[in-house]
Amino acid sequence: MMRLAVDWIGCKGHGLCAELFPERISLDEWGYPIIDDRPIPPALEAHARRAADACPTLALLIRMESLTGR
Amino acid sequence: MTDVAVTGANHPAAPGGVARLLEPLPGPGLRGHLERFGTPPRKVDLIAELQASGLRGRGGASFPTAVKLAAVAGRRRPIVVANGTEGEPLSAKDKILLVSATHLVLDGLALAAQAVGATDAVVCVERTATRVIAALEGALAERAAARLDRVDVRIAGTPSRYVVGEETALVHWLNGGDAKPTTTPPRPFEKGVNGRPTLVQNVETLAHIALIARFGGAWYRTLGTAEDPGTTLVTIGGGVARPGVYEVEQGSGLVAAMRAAGLPGGPPPAVLVGGYFGTWLDPASVAEAPVSVAGLRHLGASLGCGVVWALPADVCGLAETARVARWFADQSARQCGPCLNGLPSIAAALDAVVAGKRSADALAHLQRWAGLVVGRGACHHPDGASRLVQSAVEVFGEEIARHARRGPCKASSAHALPVPAGGSWR
Repeated sequence: MMRLAVDWIGCKGHGLCAELFPERISLDEWGYPIIDDRPIPPALEAHARRAADACPTLALLIRMESLTGR
Repeated sequence: MTDVAVTGANHPAAPGGVARLLEPLPGPGLRGHLERFGTPPRKVDLIAELQASGLRGRGGASFPTAVKLAAVAGRRRPIVVANGTEGEPLSAKDKILLVSATHLVLDGLALAAQAVGATDAVVCVERTATRVIAALEGALAERAAARLDRVDVRIAGTPSRYVVGEETALVHWLNGGDAKPTTTPPRPFEKGVNGRPTLVQNVETLAHIALIARFGGAWYRTLGTAEDPGTTLVTIGGGVARPGVYEVEQGSGLVAAMRAAGLPGGPPPAVLVGGYFGTWLDPASVAEAPVSVAGLRHLGASLGCGVVWALPADVCGLAETARVARWFADQSARQCGPCLNGLPSIAAALDAVVAGKRSADALAHLQRWAGLVVGRGACHHPDGASRLVQSAVEVFGEEIARHARRGPCKASSAHALPVPAGGSWR
């Protein structure tokens, strides 16, 4: 199961992630991402990967979890 | 200094009362310590006894101690860090313990090191705490002369910063960096001091470990509740006649603890439990609150590092919280966007609520921002600020309305809660 996470020290609030993956990422008033924490369905996984790859500081992280939990 | 012969012959009885850890100051030298508690056992399945004891960490996070040890045990070249930094301004229990039961803490450190297979350890204490450092140096010299330990222990004097005690910040500082949190994973148990697996334990936790190793997990449970066994140290302050550090049975009453510290008359208007990372409780909650992690959780609060601060009748809890909110913003490591931006915004909004200026708008902003910063940082610094401020809004509702009508009250300038200036990050 795929989930998004943020490296908060790395994140500089460029905001590209919210542009590329608005289904699950919005920005707060200071420009930092607000992540919808629900697992990402397969249909949206490509969007998530694209957003993570586009982050200038590589601070948007993709975490794969097994269904049995961490 | 007199040499102390270490023999395995003495097996004193386990402490019977509630005073398990705390000794009258100054604490005993090595001889007196060993007479009271006996020598630390060489052969004990410490992790099993800790599991049986139900001991949880006393640095504030209440994480099960056995689990923490087990995560490091068996890894290659582990190291143990005793965390006595105690950056919480209202807390004194770790410093008092390090002076009054120095050897008990060092026993716990040696036993934890033995259990996880570490041959060296570091005791971290705020570098301005010279009395504590002197006590540690004296105790380590006594132990070296008696050849008591198989672990090399050094003392590290840390900068005076609130977040320095956060595990990853402490490890980063020990590695030569700023005392600021780092992104996890990796957590210290995986990659810590010099890249080695690192067990970070609060010093009070280590003192409990020293007793559990000797007297067993079942003995530990003879006090306290099933969920929160044993005793705990609390720092009681504010409107009490005898502020200080007390050892109390877990699950005993909060009011009883404050009475022991000289709480006069009726219940205080509010009590701050858990320190600046904690929660304000209203009088109804105070009346039923136990001193225990689980009991306070039912009231939406947490024991944290054991701070209990009774709001004096002539002090404005709202204005005090605003000063602490500003301090939280100043203490931020300024690494994470939501904390860097959110905490000053929260502080400014709370200042406006205290001033009674556009109070309803400020309150709405405050609550939104307090929700927005939670869980969005490398550490829990913004979460702590948010919790404190939100509890103040709940408990001081009447004051907020009064300030909105008439502006700041007389009690607003009391400046009762300490807000120490931020020092160096190194």
